[in-house]
Amino acid sequence: MPETMTDDRTGIRIATEVKEQDAAAREVRAPDIVIKDVNLSYGDNHVLHDISMDVEDRRVTAFIGPSGCGKSTLLRCLNRMNDLIDHVKITGEIRVKGLDVNAPATDVIEVRRRVGMVFQKSNPFPKSIYENVIYGLRIAGINDKAVLDEACERSLRGAALWDEVKDRLQESALSLSGGQMQRVCIARAIAVEPEIVLMDEPCSALDPIATLKIEELIYALKEKYTIVIVTHNLQQAARVSDRTGFFWLGRLVEYGPTPDMFTRPQDRLTEDYITGRFG
Amino acid sequence: MLRKYLSRGEPLVWFTGSALGVCLLMIGCLLLVVLVNGLGFFWPAPLVLVTLQDGSKALGEIVNREAVPNPGQPDHLLRHRIQLKLGNRDLLGSDFRWIDEAQIAGRELPKGVYYVERREYGPLLGTPVTLKEGDAVKASGPEQVAPLLPRIIEQAARDRAAIEKIEKGTIGTINYQIERGRLVARGLDELAKREPARDLSAQRAKLEQQLAEQQRRYAAEQERLEKLRQSASPARVTFRTADGTEKELQALEIYRAYPANDLTLPGRAAVYASRLWTFVAEDPRESNTEGGIFPAIFGTVMMVIIMTIAVVPLGVLAALYLREYAKQGPLVRTVRIAVNNLAGVPSIVFGVFGLGFFVYFVGGTIDQLFFREALPTPTYGTGGILWASLTLALLAVPVVIVASEEALAAVPRSMREASLAMGATKFQTILRVVLPAAAPGILTGLILAMARGAGEVAPLMLTGVVKLAPQLPLDGFFPFFHPDRKFMHLGFHIYDVGFQSPNVEAAKPMVYTTTIFLLIIVMLLNLTAIVVRNKLRRKYQTSAF
Repeated sequence: MPETMTDDRTGIRIATEVKEQDAAAREVRAPDIVIKDVNLSYGDNHVLHDISMDVEDRRVTAFIGPSGCGKSTLLRCLNRMNDLIDHVKITGEIRVKGLDVNAPATDVIEVRRRVGMVFQKSNPFPKSIYENVIYGLRIAGINDKAVLDEACERSLRGAALWDEVKDRLQESALSLSGGQMQRVCIARAIAVEPEIVLMDEPCSALDPIATLKIEELIYALKEKYTIVIVTHNLQQAARVSDRTGFFWLGRLVEYGPTPDMFTRPQDRLTEDYITGRFG
Repeated sequence: MLRKYLSRGEPLVWFTGSALGVCLLMIGCLLLVVLVNGLGFFWPAPLVLVTLQDGSKALGEIVNREAVPNPGQPDHLLRHRIQLKLGNRDLLGSDFRWIDEAQIAGRELPKGVYYVERREYGPLLGTPVTLKEGDAVKASGPEQVAPLLPRIIEQAARDRAAIEKIEKGTIGTINYQIERGRLVARGLDELAKREPARDLSAQRAKLEQQLAEQQRRYAAEQERLEKLRQSASPARVTFRTADGTEKELQALEIYRAYPANDLTLPGRAAVYASRLWTFVAEDPRESNTEGGIFPAIFGTVMMVIIMTIAVVPLGVLAALYLREYAKQGPLVRTVRIAVNNLAGVPSIVFGVFGLGFFVYFVGGTIDQLFFREALPTPTYGTGGILWASLTLALLAVPVVIVASEEALAAVPRSMREASLAMGATKFQTILRVVLPAAAPGILTGLILAMARGAGEVAPLMLTGVVKLAPQLPLDGFFPFFHPDRKFMHLGFHIYDVGFQSPNVEAAKPMVYTTTIFLLIIVMLLNLTAIVVRNKLRRKYQTSAF
């Protein structure tokens, strides 16, 4: 975790390390996810308006904004979880590593294999820790014990949970603490080696210490994965993300490098939200 | 003040509490009546010798006492009368007799009187006076005969078992094979009619040879049986009844005899246990008024098991489609309402449907296709345990569908999303996540369905239940399980014994006892399901349950 300092204007603690390397943070990388003119409506309810943005490779991108602004909806567009809801209409184009997510020919299973997801409420299956972590491999038809064991250990190490649970892999995942359960979910998501990990408010149900652990984990995971995180916690966005997008009433108001967003927001709305004047 | 009292909701607590109390009271009373009437049946009551004013005597168990109704007269309901179970139906014409207490000159408990359970005519109550073997008198006088009785009865039981073994075992097998041979012969006849050119003489000759062999064995066994019958238990015991009549019984006819007034408490308990065991483990005798209910217990359990095997997949699959795959809309809502209403259709309607569809249509078709040689005797085209079970499965399927749907709906959305987000297909999600999590709820539905099915009688009467089934649906003849056979059922047994019996008065306690066993079986079956459910619940514990 990098050293932090408090920003004078917004009062938000941001990573000094990032601040020092502002230049590096602002450096534009190849886009991993390209979102172009996305509109989404639930029946008559127009939820997303003309969203266009690029999510960069192996960076943490945070979506912030008040409740109901559409940030979770956009996140769920990226692995087509909105398919589960009736009467959803999506237009525009989303490409994940070149794969057109919404194209009729695209296999939704393929999309979800490549784009893992961690949910707001930790949702481990009522199975053992081991079975939870290797769930993705099991459904892919892998039953070779050596492969599964290896994947389980690798994923749990990746989720910084291995040392805590290595002796109780066969116990129910529901016997773990809230933070551990959420890390099991992260381990489960990365076990299938996705290219992108989506996190929908992963810490909102956790205490500060568990939150800290998850944040450290996110910091470590971005070495390997492109991460998109939705959060209500501005400090969290400032601490862990490289890019931040601010959403308001279904529109992307401002999107840029995190240090700039929190110190020099370009838009009046962004500034008001970040400084806590509304939201 | 009052308003404050009311708003605290205290009266509501009382209301709810009393509602529960009334329910419990009614169930408790029902159980009490059944238990008291049913469990007392096997207890060996003392035999009372009643001397009447006119000098005649009657010996029997006092089973009832009531006020004599005499409407309009001053003595209305003031005098009492007692009901005696006299037994000796062959001598007296009826087992029971009401005696006005005013006519009774004296009562005593005579020593040495026996309560004899025998093959026919109900029990015999009297004193053993002579024991003969052939023409030779082996013992005479109650003091000499009584000590010899237990050994004679034991020997008789052994001989009966040996005879039954030949009758049902060896001869039964031969009969079964002769019948099979007959069916094969008829099959050959049919074949000859269809293809007159074909030469079947070789098969016929072989069959005839087999048949002759079986016939020879049959004759030999029959002869052996006859010899055994003659040599078995040659003893004959003469009993003298209260009015002085003498009755001679073959030892083989005697099933149990106990000196009712000379038993100690442990002795009575032993008789009680032995009678209870007979009731549970043996076949019924004397058109179900004596003996046991084992075939009915067996039939009930078997039917419930077959029903369960049929109803669970059907109900769960239907619920899965309704809840997971069908597009929720007016049509699905209508189907759901229809399914719910199906649970309210009178069970006899299901019985009529089962008779028409399963028995006549499906069974008749199976007979036409596979059991042609036996026609016009139906094999599957008549009531049987399979058709009865399937009819009950149909009757219970709404319960399972409704419970399963609720269980599926209770699986949290987050868990499905977790699975889908991992790239699982809907099918994989249902199979690996939704169904295991819903399993306890589905089992609850199964428990309800089993309770409903086990207690149902009306549809069974049309689809395969009988008063007396000579063979169990499960036995040693290939293919061991015979789904076409008719069977006995405890619920129907209650109806039959209580209302269709030639000797209702004697059979009355059996109604209660049979009820107890039906309750016990339903309870045991449910308990099994509950244990399984709790296991699953622990295994798949989620926040939703």
